[in-house]
Amino acid sequence: MAGDDDLIHARGLVKRFGGFTAVDGIDVDVRRGEAFGFLGPNGAGKSSTMRMIGCVSAPTAGTLRILGMDPGRDGPAIRARLGVCPQEDSLDPELTVRENLTTYARYFGIARQVARARAEELLEFVQLAERAGSKVEPLSGGMKRRLTIARALVNEPEIMLLDEPTTGLDPQARHLVWERLFRLKRQGVTLVLTTHYMDEAEQLCDRLVVMDGGRIVAEGSPRALIDRHSTREVVELRFAGESQDEFAGKLSGLGERVEVLPDRVLLYVSDGDAATAEVHARALAPMSVLVRRSTLEDVFLHLTGRTLVD
Amino acid sequence: MAHPTAAVLEYHLISYRRTWRASVTSSFVLPLLTVLSFGVGVGAFVDGGVGGVRYLDYLMPGLIASTAFQVAVGDCTWPVLGHFKWIRTYHAQVASPLRIVDVVSGHLAFVGFRVLISTCAFVLVAAVFGALRSPWAVLTVPVCLLLGFAGAAPTMAYSASVRSDSFLVMLYRFGLIPMSLFAGVFFPVESLPVALRWLAYASPLWHGVDLCRAATLGVPPDWSASGHVVYLALWAAAGWWLAARVFRRKLVG
Repeated sequence: MAGDDDLIHARGLVKRFGGFTAVDGIDVDVRRGEAFGFLGPNGAGKSSTMRMIGCVSAPTAGTLRILGMDPGRDGPAIRARLGVCPQEDSLDPELTVRENLTTYARYFGIARQVARARAEELLEFVQLAERAGSKVEPLSGGMKRRLTIARALVNEPEIMLLDEPTTGLDPQARHLVWERLFRLKRQGVTLVLTTHYMDEAEQLCDRLVVMDGGRIVAEGSPRALIDRHSTREVVELRFAGESQDEFAGKLSGLGERVEVLPDRVLLYVSDGDAATAEVHARALAPMSVLVRRSTLEDVFLHLTGRTLVD
Repeated sequence: MAHPTAAVLEYHLISYRRTWRASVTSSFVLPLLTVLSFGVGVGAFVDGGVGGVRYLDYLMPGLIASTAFQVAVGDCTWPVLGHFKWIRTYHAQVASPLRIVDVVSGHLAFVGFRVLISTCAFVLVAAVFGALRSPWAVLTVPVCLLLGFAGAAPTMAYSASVRSDSFLVMLYRFGLIPMSLFAGVFFPVESLPVALRWLAYASPLWHGVDLCRAATLGVPPDWSASGHVVYLALWAAAGWWLAARVFRRKLVG
C-alpha cells in the first residue's frame, strides 16, 4: 500500500504500443518534497513513464497511484495538482508572454484577477517580468523554457513534472533553470524530472532511477549509485599509436576494471595517483594522464552501455 | 466557476484578438466580391431570374450559407493541424485538468463564434442590397450556425487524423470547392444530371442553402425543414464524436 508521503506510487507499471513495450514493469515511489530523476538513453521509456504520471497516457498494466488517486478515474483531479513542463515547447507564439500564463490558468478554473496577479509573480520568479507584454516568438530558447516552467506553476502544483528541462539550452540558461528548480524544491514542490545530462541529475536529484530498455536497472541517490556501480576515481590514459588495445593487456590488474575505448583507456580505481604511479612503474608512457572523480556518467555508461541510441 | 469548455473558448478568443484582421479578407471581403461579380455582374444576364426571383435575391442566401460553411471548414483545417503539430496547443491543454471533450467543444464553440460574426455581417450586406424579402431572414443566423457545426466538426476530425497538410489541400479540392459550386448556391440542383444531384443532396451545404433561401425569400423549402435540421445536426453530432475519438487517440494514447 502507498504510504501517506508517497505522492507517486507505481508497481509493475507497463506501457505497450502495439507490439512495442516502452515501459516494462517498473516500480517507483516518489516521496513528498524530494527531487526524483529518471535517467536513461533515448528510448529507455522515460517519457512514456512521465506521460503516465501526467495522466495523459493510460498504463497498459500495473498499478499507478498519484496523490493517492487513480489516474484512470481521477485524471482531471490529479492534473489539477500537477505542473507539467514538456520536452517539446507548447507555448502559443501569437500570444504575449503574460497571456500564455493567464489563458493557461483559466484551464484550472482560476479567476481572471488571480490569474493576472499570479502571472506577474511567476514572471518575476523566472526573470521574464520585463518581457510580459511581448510576444513569445522572438524569445530565446532559455526564455521559452523558463516561461514553460512558469506556466507549469500557474496552479501552484504539488508535483512538478519536467521532461528534459534543460535540453538544448546554453550553459547560462541551464544554470538559471537549475537554480529556479532548486528554489522550488526548497519551497516544498516535489520535482520529478527526466534527463540524460548526468550533471543535471547530480545537481538536482535526491534520488534517481536509471532506465534502459523500459526497465529500471539501478536506483538510489547519485552518491550511492556511484559508490555501488563505479569506483571512487577514474584514470584516463591516452597512448600514442593506432590502437589502445595493445596497452590494455599491460594494465591488467590495475584497479577494479579496465575499459578500452578507441581513443583512450579508462582505469576504474580507488586511488588515482597510486594507479598512475603503478602505470609508470610498469614502464608505460601514456601521452596524457587525467585523474578524476567518478561521476554519474560513468555509472550510466557502465549500466546502459556505450552503444549509440538514436 | 466557469465550465472548462469556456476556458478553451476564451483561449481561442484571446488568440483571435491578435489575428482577426487577416481573417476579415477571407470571411468577408471575398464573399462580398462574389456578390458583386456573380450577383450583380452575372445576374444582369440572367433574364427573368431563377424561379421567378431576381438572380441576386436567389444567390444571396446561397452565398450566406456557403460563406458560413467555408469559414467553418477553413477554421478546422490548418488551425487544427497547427494546434497539433506546430503550436501543440492541444497537448498543453490536455496536460491541464481539461478533458478531451472540453478541448474539442471549446474549439468548436470558437468556430461557431466565427460563423456567427461572418453570417451576421453577410446578412447585413444582403439587407443593404435589398435581397432579404422576408422577416424569416433572421433565421439564416441559427441555420448558418448549425450548418457551420455540420461542416466544422467532421473537418476537425479529418484534420486531426491526417499527417500533413497535403491532405487538407485534397479536402478543399475534392470536398469544399465542388460542394460550393454544385450544392445549389449558384443554380438549382435540379439542373444537374441525376447522379450528381444525389451528391449535392447528400452534402450538408445544400441543406443549409435550401433553408437559408426559404428564409430570405419567405417561401417553403424544397425539402422538409425539420428534415434539414435533423440531417445537419447528425453531421455535427457524428463529426463531434469522431473528432473526440481522434483527439483521444492522438493526445492521450
